[in-house]
Amino acid sequence: MKILIVDDFSTMRRIVKNLLRDLGFTNTQEADDGTTALPMLQNGDFDFLVTDWNMPGMTGLDLLKKVRADDRLKSLPVLMVTAEAKRDQIVAAAQAGVNGYVVKPFTAAVLKEKIDKIFERVEG
Amino acid sequence: MAGINLDTDNSAVGSEIKSLAESMLRQLELGDLSKAVALVNNLNEVRDRTLYNEIGRLTRALHEAIKNLRVDSVGAGSEIDNASDKLAYVLEMTDKSANRTMDLADAGMPLATDIHDRASALSAEWQRFLNKELKPDEFRALTKDINQFLIDSANQSQRLQGQLSDIVLAQDFQDLTGQVIHKVAALVTDVESRLVQLVAMAGNVDSITGIVHADLETAEKPTEGANIAAEGPQINKSSEDVVASQDDVDDLLSSLGF
Repeated sequence: MKILIVDDFSTMRRIVKNLLRDLGFTNTQEADDGTTALPMLQNGDFDFLVTDWNMPGMTGLDLLKKVRADDRLKSLPVLMVTAEAKRDQIVAAAQAGVNGYVVKPFTAAVLKEKIDKIFERVEG
Repeated sequence: MAGINLDTDNSAVGSEIKSLAESMLRQLELGDLSKAVALVNNLNEVRDRTLYNEIGRLTRALHEAIKNLRVDSVGAGSEIDNASDKLAYVLEMTDKSANRTMDLADAGMPLATDIHDRASALSAEWQRFLNKELKPDEFRALTKDINQFLIDSANQSQRLQGQLSDIVLAQDFQDLTGQVIHKVAALVTDVESRLVQLVAMAGNVDSITGIVHADLETAEKPTEGANIAAEGPQINKSSEDVVASQDDVDDLLSSLGF
Protein backbone atom coordinates (compact mmCIF):
# COMPACT_ATOMS: atom_id res chain seq x y z
CA MET A 1 0.00 0.00 0.00
CA LYS A 2 1.66 3.18 -1.24
CA ILE A 3 0.27 6.41 0.23
CA LEU A 4 0.85 10.06 -0.70
CA ILE A 5 0.50 12.62 2.11
CA VAL A 6 -0.12 16.20 0.95
CA ASP A 7 0.05 19.10 3.41
CA ASP A 8 1.90 22.42 3.33
CA PHE A 9 2.97 22.07 6.98
CA SER A 10 5.78 19.59 7.50
CA THR A 11 4.71 18.96 11.10
CA MET A 12 1.24 17.89 9.98
CA ARG A 13 2.76 15.63 7.30
CA ARG A 14 4.91 14.09 9.99
CA ILE A 15 1.95 13.53 12.33
CA VAL A 16 -0.09 11.86 9.58
CA LYS A 17 2.94 9.83 8.50
CA ASN A 18 3.55 8.61 12.07
CA LEU A 19 -0.11 7.71 12.56
CA LEU A 20 -0.14 5.80 9.27
CA ARG A 21 3.04 4.01 10.32
CA ASP A 22 1.38 3.00 13.59
CA LEU A 23 -1.51 1.64 11.55
CA GLY A 24 0.95 -0.47 9.58
CA PHE A 25 1.29 1.70 6.47
CA THR A 26 5.00 2.29 6.10
CA ASN A 27 5.24 3.07 2.38
CA THR A 28 4.43 6.79 2.36
CA GLN A 29 5.62 9.78 0.39
CA GLU A 30 5.04 13.48 0.96
CA ALA A 31 4.17 16.56 -1.11
CA ASP A 32 3.62 20.12 0.10
CA ASP A 33 0.78 21.13 -2.21
CA GLY A 34 -1.39 20.00 -5.12
CA THR A 35 1.02 21.27 -7.76
CA THR A 36 3.78 19.00 -6.45
CA ALA A 37 1.41 16.14 -5.66
CA LEU A 38 -0.32 15.78 -9.03
CA PRO A 39 2.75 14.76 -11.09
CA MET A 40 3.78 12.39 -8.28
CA LEU A 41 0.36 10.76 -8.45
CA GLN A 42 0.47 10.58 -12.25
CA ASN A 43 3.93 8.99 -12.30
CA GLY A 44 3.89 6.75 -9.25
CA ASP A 45 1.48 3.92 -8.56
CA PHE A 46 -0.10 5.35 -5.40
CA ASP A 47 -2.95 3.41 -3.77
CA PHE A 48 -4.22 6.13 -1.49
CA LEU A 49 -4.14 9.92 -1.16
CA VAL A 50 -4.36 11.84 2.12
CA THR A 51 -4.59 15.58 1.48
CA ASP A 52 -5.06 18.86 3.31
CA TRP A 53 -7.38 21.44 1.73
CA ASN A 54 -5.86 24.87 2.40
CA MET A 55 -2.47 24.97 0.65
CA PRO A 56 -0.64 27.53 -1.47
CA GLY A 57 -0.34 26.71 -5.15
CA MET A 58 -3.00 24.08 -5.77
CA THR A 59 -5.51 23.44 -2.96
CA GLY A 60 -6.61 19.99 -1.88
CA LEU A 61 -10.06 20.47 -3.42
CA ASP A 62 -8.54 21.36 -6.79
CA LEU A 63 -6.19 18.39 -6.50
CA LEU A 64 -9.19 16.16 -5.79
CA LYS A 65 -10.98 17.51 -8.88
CA LYS A 66 -7.89 16.97 -11.02
CA VAL A 67 -7.57 13.41 -9.71
CA ARG A 68 -11.22 12.65 -10.49
CA ALA A 69 -10.81 14.15 -13.97
CA ASP A 70 -7.75 12.01 -14.74
CA ASP A 71 -8.66 8.69 -16.35
CA ARG A 72 -5.88 6.77 -14.67
CA LEU A 73 -6.38 8.34 -11.23
CA LYS A 74 -10.13 8.76 -11.04
CA SER A 75 -10.75 5.74 -8.80
CA LEU A 76 -7.93 6.59 -6.37
CA PRO A 77 -9.33 6.71 -2.80
CA VAL A 78 -8.91 10.22 -1.35
CA LEU A 79 -9.12 11.16 2.33
CA MET A 80 -9.26 14.85 3.14
CA VAL A 81 -7.71 15.86 6.46
CA THR A 82 -8.37 19.56 6.93
CA ALA A 83 -9.27 22.42 9.24
CA GLU A 84 -12.00 23.51 6.82
CA ALA A 85 -15.19 22.96 8.81
CA LYS A 86 -18.02 24.75 7.00
CA ARG A 87 -20.95 22.67 5.88
CA ASP A 88 -20.76 24.15 2.37
CA GLN A 89 -17.15 23.08 2.12
CA ILE A 90 -17.83 19.51 3.23
CA VAL A 91 -20.70 19.27 0.74
CA ALA A 92 -18.41 20.64 -2.00
CA ALA A 93 -15.74 18.06 -1.17
CA ALA A 94 -18.35 15.31 -1.23
CA GLN A 95 -19.61 16.51 -4.60
CA ALA A 96 -16.05 16.57 -5.92
CA GLY A 97 -15.80 12.89 -5.01
CA VAL A 98 -13.91 12.70 -1.73
CA ASN A 99 -13.95 9.28 -0.02
CA GLY A 100 -13.56 10.51 3.55
CA TYR A 101 -13.37 13.81 5.43
CA VAL A 102 -11.55 14.34 8.73
CA VAL A 103 -11.56 17.74 10.44
CA LYS A 104 -8.48 18.92 12.30
CA PRO A 105 -7.68 18.60 15.11
CA PHE A 106 -8.27 14.87 14.91
CA THR A 107 -7.36 11.76 16.89
CA ALA A 108 -5.51 8.63 15.80
CA ALA A 109 -8.73 6.66 16.35
CA VAL A 110 -10.71 8.87 13.95
CA LEU A 111 -8.04 8.64 11.26
CA LYS A 112 -7.91 4.86 11.60
CA GLU A 113 -11.70 4.56 11.49
CA LYS A 114 -11.97 6.62 8.29
CA ILE A 115 -9.14 4.78 6.57
CA ASP A 116 -10.61 1.39 7.51
CA LYS A 117 -14.01 2.51 6.23
CA ILE A 118 -12.60 3.70 2.92
CA PHE A 119 -10.79 0.42 2.26
CA GLU A 120 -13.78 -1.59 3.37
CA ARG A 121 -15.84 0.20 0.73
CA VAL A 122 -13.16 0.13 -1.95
CA GLU A 123 -12.58 -3.59 -1.50
CA GLY A 124 -16.22 -4.51 -0.83
CA MET B 1 -6.97 63.54 19.33
CA ALA B 2 -9.27 66.21 17.90
CA GLY B 3 -12.83 65.01 17.81
CA ILE B 4 -15.27 66.62 15.46
CA ASN B 5 -18.39 68.29 16.61
CA LEU B 6 -20.66 69.59 13.91
CA ASP B 7 -22.98 71.14 16.48
CA THR B 8 -20.49 73.54 18.04
CA ASP B 9 -21.73 76.70 16.38
CA ASN B 10 -25.27 75.61 15.73
CA SER B 11 -26.85 77.62 18.52
CA ALA B 12 -24.98 80.77 17.54
CA VAL B 13 -25.88 80.26 13.87
CA GLY B 14 -29.46 79.47 14.85
CA SER B 15 -29.91 82.67 16.82
CA GLU B 16 -28.30 84.68 14.03
CA ILE B 17 -30.72 83.20 11.49
CA LYS B 18 -33.58 83.75 13.88
CA SER B 19 -32.79 87.43 14.41
CA LEU B 20 -32.36 87.93 10.65
CA ALA B 21 -35.68 86.22 9.97
CA GLU B 22 -37.43 88.30 12.62
CA SER B 23 -36.11 91.56 11.27
CA MET B 24 -37.03 90.41 7.76
CA LEU B 25 -40.58 89.75 8.97
CA ARG B 26 -40.64 93.19 10.59
CA GLN B 27 -39.50 94.84 7.35
CA LEU B 28 -42.21 92.95 5.43
CA GLU B 29 -44.84 94.11 7.94
CA LEU B 30 -43.53 97.65 7.53
CA GLY B 31 -43.88 97.16 3.76
CA ASP B 32 -40.14 97.69 3.02
CA LEU B 33 -39.65 94.97 0.40
CA SER B 34 -36.12 95.99 -0.70
CA LYS B 35 -34.81 95.76 2.89
CA ALA B 36 -36.54 92.39 3.29
CA VAL B 37 -34.87 91.08 0.09
CA ALA B 38 -31.49 92.37 1.37
CA LEU B 39 -32.09 90.36 4.55
CA VAL B 40 -32.73 87.23 2.44
CA ASN B 41 -29.26 87.75 0.98
CA ASN B 42 -27.89 88.06 4.52
CA LEU B 43 -29.54 84.75 5.36
CA ASN B 44 -27.85 83.16 2.35
CA GLU B 45 -24.51 84.51 3.52
CA VAL B 46 -24.98 82.97 6.95
CA ARG B 47 -25.73 79.61 5.34
CA ASP B 48 -22.65 79.83 3.09
CA ARG B 49 -20.44 80.94 5.96
CA THR B 50 -21.63 78.01 8.09
CA LEU B 51 -20.90 75.60 5.27
CA TYR B 52 -17.40 77.01 4.75
CA ASN B 53 -16.71 76.84 8.47
CA GLU B 54 -17.81 73.24 8.60
CA ILE B 55 -15.71 72.33 5.61
CA GLY B 56 -12.72 74.07 7.14
CA ARG B 57 -13.16 72.26 10.41
CA LEU B 58 -13.66 68.90 8.70
CA THR B 59 -10.59 69.40 6.56
CA ARG B 60 -8.51 70.02 9.67
CA ALA B 61 -10.01 67.01 11.46
CA LEU B 62 -9.50 64.81 8.42
CA HIS B 63 -5.90 65.90 8.22
CA GLU B 64 -5.52 65.05 11.90
CA ALA B 65 -7.04 61.60 11.38
CA ILE B 66 -4.72 60.86 8.47
CA LYS B 67 -1.77 61.99 10.56
CA ASN B 68 -2.90 59.69 13.38
CA LEU B 69 -3.15 56.77 11.00
CA ARG B 70 0.57 57.28 10.52
CA VAL B 71 1.57 56.57 6.99
CA ASP B 72 4.76 55.03 8.40
CA SER B 73 2.68 52.18 9.82
CA VAL B 74 2.83 50.47 6.42
CA GLY B 75 5.79 49.58 4.21
CA ALA B 76 9.32 48.36 4.91
CA GLY B 77 10.58 48.91 8.48
CA SER B 78 7.12 50.00 9.66
CA GLU B 79 4.96 48.70 12.51
CA ILE B 80 3.08 46.42 10.11
CA ASP B 81 6.29 45.14 8.57
CA ASN B 82 7.56 44.54 12.10
CA ALA B 83 4.39 42.68 12.98
CA SER B 84 4.83 40.39 9.94
CA ASP B 85 8.35 39.58 11.13
CA LYS B 86 6.99 38.87 14.59
CA LEU B 87 4.38 36.50 13.20
CA ALA B 88 7.07 34.76 11.15
CA TYR B 89 8.93 34.28 14.42
CA VAL B 90 5.80 32.68 15.93
CA LEU B 91 5.59 30.33 12.97
CA GLU B 92 9.26 29.41 13.34
CA MET B 93 8.96 28.84 17.09
CA THR B 94 5.86 26.65 16.84
CA ASP B 95 7.42 24.66 14.00
CA LYS B 96 10.60 24.09 15.98
CA SER B 97 8.69 23.08 19.08
CA ALA B 98 6.40 20.68 17.19
CA ASN B 99 9.38 18.97 15.59
CA ARG B 100 11.35 18.83 18.84
CA THR B 101 8.35 17.27 20.60
CA MET B 102 7.89 14.71 17.83
CA ASP B 103 11.62 13.88 17.83
CA LEU B 104 11.49 13.20 21.56
CA ALA B 105 8.32 11.15 21.29
CA ASP B 106 9.81 9.16 18.39
CA ALA B 107 12.93 8.48 20.48
CA GLY B 108 10.91 7.50 23.55
CA MET B 109 8.35 5.23 21.96
CA PRO B 110 10.71 2.30 21.18
CA LEU B 111 11.95 2.40 24.80
CA ALA B 112 8.40 2.14 26.14
CA THR B 113 7.57 -0.58 23.60
CA ASP B 114 10.64 -2.57 24.65
CA ILE B 115 9.81 -2.30 28.37
CA HIS B 116 6.25 -3.38 27.64
CA ASP B 117 7.17 -6.34 25.45
CA ARG B 118 9.80 -7.71 27.80
CA ALA B 119 7.63 -7.19 30.90
CA SER B 120 4.80 -9.11 29.21
CA ALA B 121 7.11 -11.96 28.26
CA LEU B 122 8.64 -12.14 31.72
CA SER B 123 5.22 -11.99 33.33
CA ALA B 124 4.15 -15.03 31.30
CA GLU B 125 7.28 -16.90 32.33
CA TRP B 126 6.80 -15.84 35.95
CA GLN B 127 3.27 -17.29 35.89
CA ARG B 128 4.74 -20.59 34.67
CA PHE B 129 7.20 -20.45 37.58
CA LEU B 130 4.37 -19.82 40.08
CA ASN B 131 2.52 -22.75 38.56
CA LYS B 132 5.67 -24.79 39.08
CA GLU B 133 5.92 -25.51 35.36
CA LEU B 134 9.52 -24.36 34.97
CA LYS B 135 12.44 -26.71 34.65
CA PRO B 136 15.54 -25.76 36.70
CA ASP B 137 17.53 -24.54 33.67
CA GLU B 138 14.50 -22.54 32.47
CA PHE B 139 14.32 -20.98 35.92
CA ARG B 140 18.01 -20.08 35.77
CA ALA B 141 17.44 -18.42 32.40
CA LEU B 142 14.42 -16.59 33.81
CA THR B 143 16.37 -15.16 36.76
CA LYS B 144 19.04 -13.95 34.34
CA ASP B 145 16.38 -12.36 32.10
CA ILE B 146 14.69 -10.72 35.08
CA ASN B 147 18.01 -9.34 36.28
CA GLN B 148 18.80 -7.90 32.84
CA PHE B 149 15.29 -6.54 32.50
CA LEU B 150 15.47 -4.74 35.84
CA ILE B 151 18.77 -3.13 34.86
CA ASP B 152 17.50 -2.16 31.39
CA SER B 153 14.10 -0.89 32.52
CA ALA B 154 15.68 1.31 35.20
CA ASN B 155 17.91 2.75 32.51
CA GLN B 156 15.20 3.07 29.85
CA SER B 157 12.61 4.59 32.20
CA GLN B 158 15.19 7.15 33.26
CA ARG B 159 15.76 8.08 29.61
CA LEU B 160 11.98 8.25 29.10
CA GLN B 161 11.71 10.54 32.09
CA GLY B 162 14.32 12.84 30.55
CA GLN B 163 12.53 12.83 27.20
CA LEU B 164 9.16 13.61 28.82
CA SER B 165 10.62 16.52 30.75
CA ASP B 166 12.26 17.77 27.53
CA ILE B 167 8.84 17.56 25.86
CA VAL B 168 7.45 19.75 28.62
CA LEU B 169 10.31 22.20 28.12
CA ALA B 170 9.65 22.28 24.37
CA GLN B 171 6.28 23.92 25.16
CA ASP B 172 8.04 27.11 26.32
CA PHE B 173 7.19 28.59 22.91
CA GLN B 174 3.65 29.21 24.19
CA ASP B 175 4.87 31.94 26.53
CA LEU B 176 7.13 33.60 23.94
CA THR B 177 4.74 33.38 21.01
CA GLY B 178 1.86 34.41 23.29
CA GLN B 179 3.63 37.68 24.11
CA VAL B 180 4.32 38.34 20.43
CA ILE B 181 0.73 37.54 19.43
CA HIS B 182 -0.60 39.89 22.13
CA LYS B 183 1.59 42.68 20.76
CA VAL B 184 0.49 42.12 17.18
CA ALA B 185 -3.17 41.92 18.24
CA ALA B 186 -2.79 45.25 20.08
CA LEU B 187 -1.28 46.81 16.96
CA VAL B 188 -4.12 45.54 14.79
CA THR B 189 -6.70 46.95 17.22
CA ASP B 190 -4.86 50.27 17.29
CA VAL B 191 -4.65 50.55 13.50
CA GLU B 192 -8.30 49.53 13.25
CA SER B 193 -9.49 52.28 15.59
CA ARG B 194 -7.44 54.85 13.66
CA LEU B 195 -8.96 53.62 10.41
CA VAL B 196 -12.46 53.80 11.90
CA GLN B 197 -11.81 57.43 12.83
CA LEU B 198 -10.68 58.16 9.31
CA VAL B 199 -13.77 56.51 7.85
CA ALA B 200 -16.04 58.41 10.25
CA MET B 201 -14.35 61.63 9.18
CA ALA B 202 -14.79 60.83 5.51
CA GLY B 203 -18.45 60.08 6.22
CA ASN B 204 -18.88 63.55 7.77
CA VAL B 205 -17.26 65.20 4.77
CA ASP B 206 -19.67 63.27 2.55
CA SER B 207 -22.72 64.28 4.56
CA ILE B 208 -21.74 67.99 4.65
CA THR B 209 -20.92 68.15 0.97
CA GLY B 210 -23.76 65.86 -0.05
CA ILE B 211 -21.51 63.37 -1.86
CA VAL B 212 -23.17 60.00 -2.44
CA HIS B 213 -21.03 56.99 -3.31
CA ALA B 214 -23.35 55.07 -5.58
CA ASP B 215 -20.72 52.42 -6.24
CA LEU B 216 -20.65 51.42 -2.56
CA GLU B 217 -24.32 50.50 -2.64
CA THR B 218 -24.07 48.50 -5.82
CA ALA B 219 -20.70 46.93 -5.04
CA GLU B 220 -21.02 43.34 -6.08
CA LYS B 221 -21.27 40.85 -3.29
CA PRO B 222 -19.37 37.58 -3.72
CA THR B 223 -21.70 35.07 -5.28
CA GLU B 224 -22.64 32.51 -2.70
CA GLY B 225 -21.44 29.00 -3.41
CA ALA B 226 -20.03 29.83 -6.83
CA ASN B 227 -16.50 29.22 -5.63
CA ILE B 228 -15.78 27.33 -2.44
CA ALA B 229 -12.55 28.71 -1.05
CA ALA B 230 -10.35 27.46 1.75
CA GLU B 231 -10.80 29.52 4.92
CA GLY B 232 -8.63 27.82 7.51
CA PRO B 233 -9.79 26.87 11.00
CA GLN B 234 -13.18 28.19 12.09
CA ILE B 235 -12.76 30.07 15.37
CA ASN B 236 -16.47 30.33 16.09
CA LYS B 237 -17.62 26.72 16.26
CA SER B 238 -21.13 27.66 17.37
CA SER B 239 -22.00 29.20 14.01
CA GLU B 240 -24.82 27.47 12.14
CA ASP B 241 -22.88 26.81 8.96
CA VAL B 242 -19.87 25.32 10.74
CA VAL B 243 -19.60 21.72 11.94
CA ALA B 244 -18.72 21.46 15.64
CA SER B 245 -17.08 18.05 15.56
CA GLN B 246 -16.10 15.03 13.51
CA ASP B 247 -19.49 13.53 14.43
CA ASP B 248 -21.21 16.44 12.65
CA VAL B 249 -19.04 15.82 9.60
CA ASP B 250 -19.99 12.14 9.63
CA ASP B 251 -23.69 12.97 10.00
CA LEU B 252 -23.54 15.46 7.15
CA LEU B 253 -21.74 13.02 4.88
CA SER B 254 -24.11 10.19 5.72
CA SER B 255 -27.05 12.48 4.92
CA LEU B 256 -25.42 12.89 1.50
CA GLY B 257 -25.37 9.13 1.05
CA PHE B 258 -21.84 8.36 2.24
